Amino acid sequence: MEHALYAQSGGLRRRRRVNRAVELTSTVAAVLAVAVLLLVVGSVLLKGLGALSIHFLTTPTALFGEEGGGISNAIIGTAIVVALAAAMAIPVGLLVAIYTTEFAPPRIGNPVRFVLDVLNGVPTIVTGIFVYGLLVAGRQQSGYAAAVALAIIMLPIVARTAQEVLALVPATLKEAAHALGIAHWRTTMRVTLPTAAGGLLTGALVAVARVAGETAPLILLCSIFAPGNLTDPREGLATIPIFIFQASESPSPTAHTEAWAAALVLIAFVLVLNLVARAFYARSRQRMEG
Amino acid sequence: MEAGALSTPVLRARRNRKDRIGDPLLRGLSGLAAAVAVAAILGISYEVTKIASPAISRFGLGFLTVNDWNPVTERFGAAPFLYGTVVTAGIALLLAAPLSIAISVYLTELAPQRLRRPVATLVDMLAAIPTVILGLWGILVLGPFMRDTIEPALKSAFGFLPIFSGDPSAFGYLTAALILTIMITPIITSVTREVFETVPGELKEGFYALGATRWEMVRRVVLPYSRAGIVGGAMLGLGRAIGEAIAVAQVIGGAYGIHASLFHTGGTLAAQIAAQFQGAPNQLQRSSLAYLGLILLVFAVIVNVIARVIVRRGGLEEAEFTPTEAEAL
Repeated sequence: MEHALYAQSGGLRRRRRVNRAVELTSTVAAVLAVAVLLLVVGSVLLKGLGALSIHFLTTPTALFGEEGGGISNAIIGTAIVVALAAAMAIPVGLLVAIYTTEFAPPRIGNPVRFVLDVLNGVPTIVTGIFVYGLLVAGRQQSGYAAAVALAIIMLPIVARTAQEVLALVPATLKEAAHALGIAHWRTTMRVTLPTAAGGLLTGALVAVARVAGETAPLILLCSIFAPGNLTDPREGLATIPIFIFQASESPSPTAHTEAWAAALVLIAFVLVLNLVARAFYARSRQRMEG
Repeated sequence: MEAGALSTPVLRARRNRKDRIGDPLLRGLSGLAAAVAVAAILGISYEVTKIASPAISRFGLGFLTVNDWNPVTERFGAAPFLYGTVVTAGIALLLAAPLSIAISVYLTELAPQRLRRPVATLVDMLAAIPTVILGLWGILVLGPFMRDTIEPALKSAFGFLPIFSGDPSAFGYLTAALILTIMITPIITSVTREVFETVPGELKEGFYALGATRWEMVRRVVLPYSRAGIVGGAMLGLGRAIGEAIAVAQVIGGAYGIHASLFHTGGTLAAQIAAQFQGAPNQLQRSSLAYLGLILLVFAVIVNVIARVIVRRGGLEEAEFTPTEAEAL
């Protein structure tokens, strides 16, 4: 036995020193991660808060070369594009999850899961090229194109979380419904889905939070827009991520300040959504596991 | 549903009629949705290849080794961006993997019980920050700090190495690699933490009972037990790092060459597409960018498939699935 007698093996002081060093390293690593989070969020808060005002939130972006604009058009644009994406991805994602957990035999369900995982690993810029070829090439950029790309990014997130959550629904509940002679689809709609509602909502919220800040595909699909177009997704729309991206690339300090302020709006939305999602998840899990 | 209502023959007949439609309908609709997901991945591969086909037929596989990106002479090659992708994602992985293991050791073995959840949540939140904001922070905070403090220090200490030679700059491979490290550390951590939590307590206690220190226990029990999860998590992080376009485009500086110095500006596959696709002056350049996208897609799919296979074999499929992990995976 090589390590049978740790207590009697020699070099106790050295072993303790090594142990101390490793413990210290681990703690420092964790502190570092939290510190980076605080640094980034702190920078956004510190530099964005000064520029944030009612005016900034309610005024559209200034025309090129002018100053003093806001991001109201970008907020509206992001809301429209993300809402359209969610309207496509959430129902489809839920249905995929229902298919794999309720209907499909394992030899079909497992490959579908695998495809979802691969889809989730596709770089978002590549998804952007795909939708560009599908909807933008030969036509024009549009809010719809952006929404389709974001929906493709959301789909595997919604579907995979929904699968995990549906799998947690106690089999006894479904069996009870079946024993009463209730049809499978009724059991799914009336028993399985309502039981899992909290967890399903979590997946949807996390997916929305994820794509709200997604920038890469929007550059190809929705970065050219008329300043006058606030709400028509058939044409390009302003969005918060594109606003931040373009302002961050600008050499002007004013643009940088505006980028920080827009980043503050985006980061607040995303982090709050994530925290709400977690709360829902914890509650729903508790309910299902009793 | 009251028993009385159910026993009414008329109602039962109506219910049966609805059930005859309802079951196949839900099965059909949900099957269709699954088909959409499969179609999406096939459609992406097809469409990207189609847009890239002019560049593919013009440059062939030689595209991979051509170290040039010249819109004037219309000579395009992927080598500078392949190099940039490998260097930045590689450094990010080398930094993030040990960091993630250390953080997970802290979270599962060291942290006081009441600190574990909050700290884990904070680390997860780091993964939720939109990459365009990390890029903004990279341009305005990290970049200048790298140029003025970190890179001069590296240069004076290790300047004899080619990778730390040259002039410090705010934008370049190293800054991009650090931004990617920040991006993927929470992703890898969420996987490694989950696996560490599945290590049976009896095994750990057994080792402590033999008089092992905490580190000896981790090294002999936790790490070997979690090997598949660690590798799988690292691969998932690598996939993310390879595919990140925006944050890298913001801080890498957008140059076309291959440079030994990590301080030098460069480019990656994803960042190059983000920087030029929209404004590409002609079809050949756009097509060449789609070719970069195709290479990127192949890379990402391979890395992700390997990660999935490893994670699945490690039996992680049944592990607890938290919201941000869902996002990371």
